[in-house]
Amino acid sequence: MRNVLVAAAREVRAGLRNRWVLATTLLLAALALTLSFLGSAPTGTVGVGALDVVVVSLSSLTIFLVPLIALLISHDAIVGEMERGTMLLLLSYPVARWQVLLGKFLGHLAILAFATVLGYGAAAAALFATGAAAPAESWAAFAAMVGSSVLLGAVFVALGYLVSALARDRGTAAGVSIGLWLLLVLIYDMALLGLLVLDQGRIIGGGALDALLLLNPTDVYRLFNLTGFANVSLFSGMAGLSASATLSPPLLLAALAAWVLVPLAAAAAAFSRREL
Amino acid sequence: MTAETVRLSGVTKRYGKAEAVRDVSFALPAGQCAALVGHNGAGKTTLIKLMLGLIRPSAGGIRVLGEDPAAGAFAARRRLGYLPENVSFDAALTGRETLAFYARLKREPVAKVAALLDRVGLGAAAARRVGTYSKGMRQRLGLAQALLGEPRVLLLDEPTTGLDPEVRQSFYGIIEELRGRGATVLLSSHALTELEDRAERVVIMNRGVLVADGSLGELRRLARLPVRLRVTSGNGTFAGAPPDWLGPVEGWRRLDDGRAAEIACAGEAKMAVLRRLAEAGPGRVSDLDVVPPTLDELYAHFLRSQEAPAP
Repeated sequence: MRNVLVAAAREVRAGLRNRWVLATTLLLAALALTLSFLGSAPTGTVGVGALDVVVVSLSSLTIFLVPLIALLISHDAIVGEMERGTMLLLLSYPVARWQVLLGKFLGHLAILAFATVLGYGAAAAALFATGAAAPAESWAAFAAMVGSSVLLGAVFVALGYLVSALARDRGTAAGVSIGLWLLLVLIYDMALLGLLVLDQGRIIGGGALDALLLLNPTDVYRLFNLTGFANVSLFSGMAGLSASATLSPPLLLAALAAWVLVPLAAAAAAFSRREL
Repeated sequence: MTAETVRLSGVTKRYGKAEAVRDVSFALPAGQCAALVGHNGAGKTTLIKLMLGLIRPSAGGIRVLGEDPAAGAFAARRRLGYLPENVSFDAALTGRETLAFYARLKREPVAKVAALLDRVGLGAAAARRVGTYSKGMRQRLGLAQALLGEPRVLLLDEPTTGLDPEVRQSFYGIIEELRGRGATVLLSSHALTELEDRAERVVIMNRGVLVADGSLGELRRLARLPVRLRVTSGNGTFAGAPPDWLGPVEGWRRLDDGRAAEIACAGEAKMAVLRRLAEAGPGRVSDLDVVPPTLDELYAHFLRSQEAPAP
């Protein structure tokens, strides 16, 4: 365990030194602040419910941005270190490969969590400062959004490691990561929508749709945040869907956790079999 | 304390169909400085990776400090220093941070890091990012990390590339000191002339096969390479063929317009030839140098003898 923490600490330190942490935090904070003030406009008034709107807009932002950031910092983790030659030396030390991987994961996750909490927290603080009082339930929805955003980041960090452990070179890893992002963030939903329109409910029933949604971590995240809290789902236009939702928030969280653990375990397995 | 720190028995490593290393066996005792010699692709780096446990042998067994290095037990690795060829580090961290990181992984007190950096001459650059280091400085940082934890076995892959002569001297000084305290040092290198006075033992690899193993003296006897004697003429000329008083020799070459000559003779005949040269008197021979076969020549000889069909 100590080795894992040592490796994680190195990753965090390198992230701080590379300005990765700074850049990510600033980017998330700037976008979150912009969205939370522009995002209140459609409701007409700034006031009650403003935080719920922020949750909706920020979770949409998260779906695009957090996976991208996570893949950016993770796709290079294994194949990059191998190409630069730093992995060879590291593995000659009394440290197991899974410890190296887990350490990197914790380090990268810490960077992401820091950036998300601080960036989105800035938006919440700004709203609070402008006097927008919100009920406790809205704050709960906001906290759940921030937490699940970090979890979504963890999913894509794990997926990035899997790509990195399997790819032959850094270029391939980067290409596959971009493809993965496009697929899970954009193409999957469009294809699913097209499929549903074509199908007209003949073959794909509720159960099959749930399964298809669970197969994409960004959809799981979306469902969790947009239907999980009644006050939020009202603004998200998903009130109808949430009423008929059969996927409970704990189940959705478990699905996200599985989306972290399975790719991470697969990455560890691929990494341990890899010849140096 | 075991006398033997590294033992390879019948080790073969295949990558797909290609054999990187075939049936290699040797053992290294404590306190020995051995040179692993061979050109690129001869299997040197593969052997070192096998000893580190980074890859598993396809056949055969390896023991390093009494452990199988690939078994996943890390006790031996804590007493092992490794300097990879073309060592590289995370460019964002400083020299001190980098070394502290490796010290923590080896469970060494981080307080020792400063002294170690001073020892390799990086004390002044400790707070600078590794990205700003020159190649020589990175190599020295690489050596510093290999020295962490008083290693009992040091595996150094092309350690002196990119080091200037002064650092090279201090580098060999450090190696000598560790060897004196009972560490096994295995150097792989191209720079054979440099290893000549340092390595007590030479292991020559060619195309994945061990072609020679022994001390320099043993290899010289095995190779039966001629010794060369460089003689300067006392009266200013060595005209034409070898003079009659010299007796039979293997080779005779005029140098410097006949003012000097190079005689080649078998190792066993050396003393007889020397005696005749001495008896020839100052009029005939005024100066004499004995040049034993260099490591370069030995290396070339053993490669040739492997290419040629066995007699």
